[in-house]
Amino acid sequence: MRVTFPHMGNLHISLKAMLRHLEIDVVVPPPTSKKTMNLGVKYGPEFACLPLKLNLGNYIEASELGADTILMAGGCGPCRFGYYAQIQHAILKDIGLEMRLVVLEPPEKHISELLQRVKFIAGGRSWWRIVQAIRFGCLKAMAADEIEKAAFKKRPRERIPGSTDEAYRRALALIDGADTLKELAAARIKARELLGGVEVDNARPVLKIGIIGEIYTLLDPFANHHIEKKLGELGAEIDRSIFLSEWVNDHLFLGLLKGMRSAKDACRAAHPYVRHFVGGHGQETVGSAVNYARSGFDGLVQVFPFTCMPEIIAETVLPDISTDYGIPVLTMIMDEHTGEAGIMTRLEAFTDLLARKKESKEATS
Amino acid sequence: MSPKIGIPRALLYYYYYPLWRTFFEELGAEVIVSSPSTKEVLARGLEKAVDEICLPVKIAYGHVLDLAGKADFIFLPRIVSVRRREYICPKFLGFPDIIRRIGGLPPLLDVNINLYRDKKDSFRSAVEVGRLFTGNPLKIWSAYRRAVKTNKKYFRLLQLGLMPEEALAVLEKKVGKKPPLVDENGTVALIGHPYILHDPYISMNITGRLRSMGAAVVTAEGLSGKTIRKYAARLPKKLFWTLGQRLIGAAYHYLENSTVKGMVHVAAFGCGLDSITGELIERRARAAGMPFLNITVDEHTGEAGIITRLEAFMDMAGWKAGGRAACSIR
Repeated sequence: MRVTFPHMGNLHISLKAMLRHLEIDVVVPPPTSKKTMNLGVKYGPEFACLPLKLNLGNYIEASELGADTILMAGGCGPCRFGYYAQIQHAILKDIGLEMRLVVLEPPEKHISELLQRVKFIAGGRSWWRIVQAIRFGCLKAMAADEIEKAAFKKRPRERIPGSTDEAYRRALALIDGADTLKELAAARIKARELLGGVEVDNARPVLKIGIIGEIYTLLDPFANHHIEKKLGELGAEIDRSIFLSEWVNDHLFLGLLKGMRSAKDACRAAHPYVRHFVGGHGQETVGSAVNYARSGFDGLVQVFPFTCMPEIIAETVLPDISTDYGIPVLTMIMDEHTGEAGIMTRLEAFTDLLARKKESKEATS
Repeated sequence: MSPKIGIPRALLYYYYYPLWRTFFEELGAEVIVSSPSTKEVLARGLEKAVDEICLPVKIAYGHVLDLAGKADFIFLPRIVSVRRREYICPKFLGFPDIIRRIGGLPPLLDVNINLYRDKKDSFRSAVEVGRLFTGNPLKIWSAYRRAVKTNKKYFRLLQLGLMPEEALAVLEKKVGKKPPLVDENGTVALIGHPYILHDPYISMNITGRLRSMGAAVVTAEGLSGKTIRKYAARLPKKLFWTLGQRLIGAAYHYLENSTVKGMVHVAAFGCGLDSITGELIERRARAAGMPFLNITVDEHTGEAGIITRLEAFMDMAGWKAGGRAACSIR
């Protein structure tokens, strides 16, 4: 059994660590690229959302490297993500790739369905080992998120262009390379030092932009055309409404780890605008927008894949938040036809607008 | 004076109008339905809706706006789920929220209808709405009972092969029960959401066109819930969308029905459900060798394009039935 999984930003670091900890043969799919996307677009349904197509491409590329089992998450609606696995399985079968799909999702009848699948992947390892592996994976996610956040702060202020990216890349490789808890702790310290070593100019005026939207396009730099890096280079310190470790804390540990931002707060803040969950992260998007606006951010960027149903609801009500709190919002919709130049132009115009707004506000106050 | 309740002629109107109407009338309210879809109704909807949302929701905006000035309240339930462990669609979940932000509308009656956990919760929603009209719980109960009964009758008429508009006419005693059309030229299965197929404006009167080409038309509405569930159960995992289940169940059923000579799938551009169910249906139709036509509608869909493709499809289905060709067009 050679196990693979879909890419989503830095997810591969945690999943690889988790599976390796259980001594499972892992095939990390090649990083998502234009080729991945073309494969997904070729075989995927035309109107399916971008993540489905990219994941499909990941699986095809992983199978070329010898993977025969796919580990992925599922769901029970109303977002179509819950049916990805079944569609992708049918497509893979039609193009002659017999791959086994192991879907981890809330069980339909009994918790034993889920536990059986975990056991199947773990191949008879004890539950204690499994728990340890999950813990190791989560710690890696937290470490990766920590340096990502540090990079968000550094990038708009860096003295040498590109130095943050370089430090971030090396720090991430350190975290990825750690094989034990002890090594991870050491890697974490080193990674912090690397990012800390980036020279910054603290006097530079910096914008604060919150990025909100659908989880996959938020977390995956390929899917969002490196929007975080671009905004950083345009002089904006950014924050993102979802980080992998927060998602894990909310959904796997049911918010057990305190002190982390949780989706519940966001949903509460969304109340006057969207009063019911709408599937996916639609309500969280709206709530995070309110929270960012309240905490003094200069602007918001919403990203989601074309035809994403929950985010369309969020998109509809965001202008109200924009009016109520006086915060500009830019919506970016990603699909296989999204062009680099179009994104760049809009981001430049948006940051210019925010900078102008901020200047005039500071001048009058 | 009895309050006027406005019901938009859109979305689940095509399933539950008799229920809502009976319920409100039993409670002494007057029910007003928005005018049938026209170019103007859609144009008003397009003004307010975001570009990315699907055509059925855009026209629903138009219908809600049409009720402004005509009704005292607009009945706009948040229909989360109509069956245990199933949903409708994220846009239905957020619909009252995206309508509420439009100014100049009568107050909304946006009760949650959520049967995700328990079927009995539908009565709870009825009580919540009924309380606005009467303090008498017995009256609400009897109104609810009568409403459910009427809707059952409506579903039975649909299952006789009547289209929603025809069934409503029978229900309102405008006409007598007609026997369903005979198929001189074979039967075509029309698969799509009820609020697209049965709105002659956005579906470009696809039912009427197929009929005028000599085909009898069957839809998912003509099948009992039991049949639909039986066929939908062939999926590897239960589909969590009620409407998606209906489409899949009906399509799979008609694919195995020898009197059906072709299948037309009508999807809304950008519909998340259709992107999944359409793919499942098309794969199965191709495997079964059934002539298959996929039509995607949005506000730019032109009538001529639809007619051309329907004609080509009918020709193809005719040849196939005569044993002369096998193909599918998209």
